[in-house]
Amino acid sequence: MEVVFALAIGVLTASGVWLLLRPRTFQVIMGLALLSYAVNLFIFAMGRLVMHSPPIIATEAIVDPALYADPVPQALVLTAIVISFATTALFLVVLLASCGLTGTDHVDGEERD
Amino acid sequence: MNPWLQHLPVVPIVAPLATGAAMLLFGESRRVPRVALALTSAFVQLVAAATLLYLSSDAVPEVWPEGIGVYGIGGWPAPFGIVLVVDRLSALMLTLGTVLGLAALVYSLTRWDRVGVHYHPLFQFLMMGLAGAFLTGDLFNLFVFFEVLLAASYGLLLHGSGRARVKAGLHYIVVNLLSSLAFLVGVAMIYGVAGTLNMADLAVHWPALQGGDRALFEAGAAILGVAFLVKAGSWPLNFWLPPAYAAAGASVAAVLAIMTKVGVYAILRLGSLLADTGAPAPFGGPLLFYLAIATMVLGIVGMLATQQLERLIAFTVIMSSGILLAALGTGAPSMTAPALFYLVNSVLATGAFFMLAGMIERVRTTVPERADAAALAPATYAAFAVEDPPDPYGPDDEIGLAIPAAMAFLGLAFLCCGLLVTGLPPLSGFIAKFALLSAAFGAAGGDGPGPDEWLLIWVLIGGGLAAVIALTRKGMRVFWSGAERVTPRLRIIEAGPVAFLVSLCIALTVVAGPVMTYLDSIAHMLQTPQIYVRAVLSPHAGTPPDEAGHGQAGP
Repeated sequence: MEVVFALAIGVLTASGVWLLLRPRTFQVIMGLALLSYAVNLFIFAMGRLVMHSPPIIATEAIVDPALYADPVPQALVLTAIVISFATTALFLVVLLASCGLTGTDHVDGEERD
Repeated sequence: MNPWLQHLPVVPIVAPLATGAAMLLFGESRRVPRVALALTSAFVQLVAAATLLYLSSDAVPEVWPEGIGVYGIGGWPAPFGIVLVVDRLSALMLTLGTVLGLAALVYSLTRWDRVGVHYHPLFQFLMMGLAGAFLTGDLFNLFVFFEVLLAASYGLLLHGSGRARVKAGLHYIVVNLLSSLAFLVGVAMIYGVAGTLNMADLAVHWPALQGGDRALFEAGAAILGVAFLVKAGSWPLNFWLPPAYAAAGASVAAVLAIMTKVGVYAILRLGSLLADTGAPAPFGGPLLFYLAIATMVLGIVGMLATQQLERLIAFTVIMSSGILLAALGTGAPSMTAPALFYLVNSVLATGAFFMLAGMIERVRTTVPERADAAALAPATYAAFAVEDPPDPYGPDDEIGLAIPAAMAFLGLAFLCCGLLVTGLPPLSGFIAKFALLSAAFGAAGGDGPGPDEWLLIWVLIGGGLAAVIALTRKGMRVFWSGAERVTPRLRIIEAGPVAFLVSLCIALTVVAGPVMTYLDSIAHMLQTPQIYVRAVLSPHAGTPPDEAGHGQAGP
């Protein structure tokens, strides 16, 4: 599972970086979206990859923490998803405004020959 | 201790949050309640920040014995719960930020808040993010508050719209989104190996990390440092800064003057906590030093090359970031207090200067700018169902109280800001630079400055010279060239904030001795992070004694 997970993060990051370096605003926003997926998966992986274990620890008895998934990265990743979603939406608006004002979708607002 | 006093650290965050949310209930056309709320909130924030500054000093040791206040949110103890930590450094930065925020808010009431929608709520959220970034005690909340700060700044930067702002804003947003992703990667790596994100707890855990864990931790810290350096405007990650600051409206640019210092603050804070066994590269050492020198050189070249006043000031912001980072990069403890003095001086001076530039802009030609600002306004206002598309320039001529000798005021303020930014006597800029130079001479020990210190000294002096040349040239062109000059009508609420910030700098000159002593005590606390760690992790910090517990977190 680790290999698949690592490959997924790697492919997402590589595609994201490549798209980010492209000159069109739409490619840049796709790149940012892919990068944020990669980062979210990365945060999740930092809580260690475990299967079939709940993140919420029961209160009644003394429990072995090894049987549970780490809840902190899950909380972090939720926050990160919300924030990256919001900022991507905001960037989309700016992208449209830029396209409307400059008449081109180049990131510099003008075509390079 | 007054039971309400313990809730004071959260006030600078909650007040603007609640105010910003409440303002959204009023429509854009109901300006009076919005402005009243905004001013009240900024004032409350300033009072709270000043009280925190007072409490964290030696004046009232019975409240916080070591000058560090810890506020556990929800009453959870430190390594597990989220804490706000007020020490002298964060209280100083908070006060500085709120002073600048209040001045910029008052200034914006002349016209900047009416050239687009939702200026005031965005401004409140910006102040909330600023306060949170200075007060938070853990890394993830630092990220969250950075995002609040940045999201609000995206909106404010685009405020007023127009081609230049959208173009600069696009670059600004992409670079900052990318640095936020780097921030998250760094935070995640640090959590993965250390098992905690509380900064005090990290300082306890990190010396114990060995082998691969330690390498991962340092890599995480390095990525985090890169994110901070982007915010601080360090070369080669700062090419977004001059266009963005130059394109922003004057009142927005004035607040942005402190945003680069948030990055410097984060580097200073984490660097001090991780310094025990050698801080990772971005938080000190030769790499930071040479990057900072390159930043200063870029600032010099930019100042000399640019024609536009706003861009010139943006390059002085880069210059000041370079000076601060270089001072931290020398690693000499004696540099910290002069660097903080320089930081206070440069934030106040560049804030005033940006606002002044907004007024000077009107000296020459008001026609092209008016056309630009009006280009998008009708559609925008129709979309938000605002009744009267206000003419931002109209009221100035009718109800504005004209200050006599407006040109004299502008000229004098330009001179003062110039002296402060370039570091010429007799104002506080000179004292800051003098203290830095004297510390650089003393840093190497008995046998005089080494090559690095000489490099810093020469670049520092060269930067001052370049700023003098650039500003003199610009000042002559604005005030002495007799082209189609229009004497602008200034209003009190527009000139007042500039005069206020400049007079604060003059006050800083007069009380430089006591201020330096205070900053020395901050530097001392930064060198002994054990005080901070002990205060944050103490079982009674921010919680009722019966619930408090102290334990080891992490795997």
